[in-house]
Amino acid sequence: MIGAPAAFVLAVAVVAALAAVPFLADAYYLALAISLLQFTVLSTAWGLFSGPTRYISLATAAFFGVGAYTVAVLGEVLPWPLVLAIAAAIGVLTAVVVGFSTLRLSGVYFVIFTFGLAELIRQLVVWYEVNKSRVLGRYVFADITQTDIYWQLLALAVVTFLVGWAIARSRLGFALRIIGEDETVARHCGINTTLAKVVLFTVSATIMTVAGAIMAPRWTYIEPSIAFNAMISFQVVIMALLGGAHRLWGPVLGAVPMTLLFEFLSARFPSTFTIIMGVVFLLIVYALPRGVVGLLARLPRRPRETSEALR
Amino acid sequence: MSGPQAGTPILETRALTRTFGGLVAVDRLDLTVYPGEIVGLLGPNGSGKTTALNLISGLLRPDSGAIRFNGHDIAGAPAYRIARLGIARTFQLVRVLDGMSCADNVRAGLAFHRHPLPQAQIEERVQALLRRVGLEAQAHRSVPQMTYIDRKRLELARALALAPKLLLLDEWLAGLNPSELQTGIALIRSLKAEGLPILLVEHVMDAIRSLCDRCVVMNGGRKIAEGSVNAVLADPAVVEAYLGAPADA
Repeated sequence: MIGAPAAFVLAVAVVAALAAVPFLADAYYLALAISLLQFTVLSTAWGLFSGPTRYISLATAAFFGVGAYTVAVLGEVLPWPLVLAIAAAIGVLTAVVVGFSTLRLSGVYFVIFTFGLAELIRQLVVWYEVNKSRVLGRYVFADITQTDIYWQLLALAVVTFLVGWAIARSRLGFALRIIGEDETVARHCGINTTLAKVVLFTVSATIMTVAGAIMAPRWTYIEPSIAFNAMISFQVVIMALLGGAHRLWGPVLGAVPMTLLFEFLSARFPSTFTIIMGVVFLLIVYALPRGVVGLLARLPRRPRETSEALR
Repeated sequence: MSGPQAGTPILETRALTRTFGGLVAVDRLDLTVYPGEIVGLLGPNGSGKTTALNLISGLLRPDSGAIRFNGHDIAGAPAYRIARLGIARTFQLVRVLDGMSCADNVRAGLAFHRHPLPQAQIEERVQALLRRVGLEAQAHRSVPQMTYIDRKRLELARALALAPKLLLLDEWLAGLNPSELQTGIALIRSLKAEGLPILLVEHVMDAIRSLCDRCVVMNGGRKIAEGSVNAVLADPAVVEAYLGAPADA
């Protein structure tokens, strides 16, 4: 393990180097870098909640879509920072409502509910657009360049990692590790497990919502089927599982190679892309049940101490 | 009520009832535990003892009936709140956190009090609790490598970490060899000596005889006898519950 100061310097250097990418890359590589950052943020945010609790959420598309659609509706009317703030607030609200109504569910019921959630919200948006605003699809007129998108995503990625780092060292993080081990024991230790899960679900969902808002100007035209694309939920799960969702830096190890693979496959095999992806998903689950992180940690595993974690 | 116990009970259930489908697992159970005593909850398998513990500790919600604990009405309260009020428990099939160190298992019981201790005191308490159950040498062991009795000790240390006012033990002494059993009995007796009231579900007769001040015997969800150990074990209804009706003999 490297020491804390060295890790900090390394992290700052990496962020600085990544911030310089728009000055060096052409339009194609900048677009690719945006995809990489997008999936890094989404899968890391997904792992924040699903890693410790082991609840598989397919709600990524729901929150990402809520963020994107907020921009489509408000992007023209309000200044950009305010739009992002409103998107975040809507994300918080949606996550709290969804969290309290679903986190008592367990196992497969939770998976199915979260999958249905994206579809539910999409249908609500379609209904509203058709019956009330009488548009289906909106142009995104925010004055945002690709470089702006990139930097905003990078900032969001930094925030996501800092939040994850802080949670892992907090009482909440310790509570979630206990919940992941044995939820019944957690309750008998005095942990309000429902509250802990809702708080973390909300943090994770808010990050996803903001990511959707930041990404919206990338499409000039948005309709519900684009914003609430279920595919993104599955991609994020696979990336996080490939990397290893039980560590903060695990999902990024899956997000980067998978994004590059998707990019390559969709360009090279546009018609058979989804079939190949399905096979890849199966292989990952069979070959790497504990992800890349698990592969790296095949060395005798030492239980982690939390003595400093509670500080 | 008349009896040797003085003062108000720390725990009192009234007509506590819980059904699973058509099965009445706990049937109008009245149970009291007074400060400082060990009460044994006995009965054949399936008589509702563990269900009663689950109702008291909040793992299950009662269908009807009242539970008063230390001045609070806790029937149907969530388990985490009951734990914070001061009821700690162990499980029939020992439940420790295998992915964490021994010390973290104990921290789990310390970190979520209503008024958590400062960090330095938590570390002190972890060491003290591990010493208390005889695990001080194993603080950094990984839990899956520990022996059965050590896992039981660890679970007890986690329960004690809650600083409980009442301890529920579900067959904590089951499966120990004779010398471990003596160690275990001594440990429980020392908890009583410190003034901790205990409600224990147990089948090990030696333990029941040497530990319990009073026993309650259940059968088919109902209380069929209550009193001193010798009195309940001589009670014809208890003998019948364990051995069958005399006519069969």
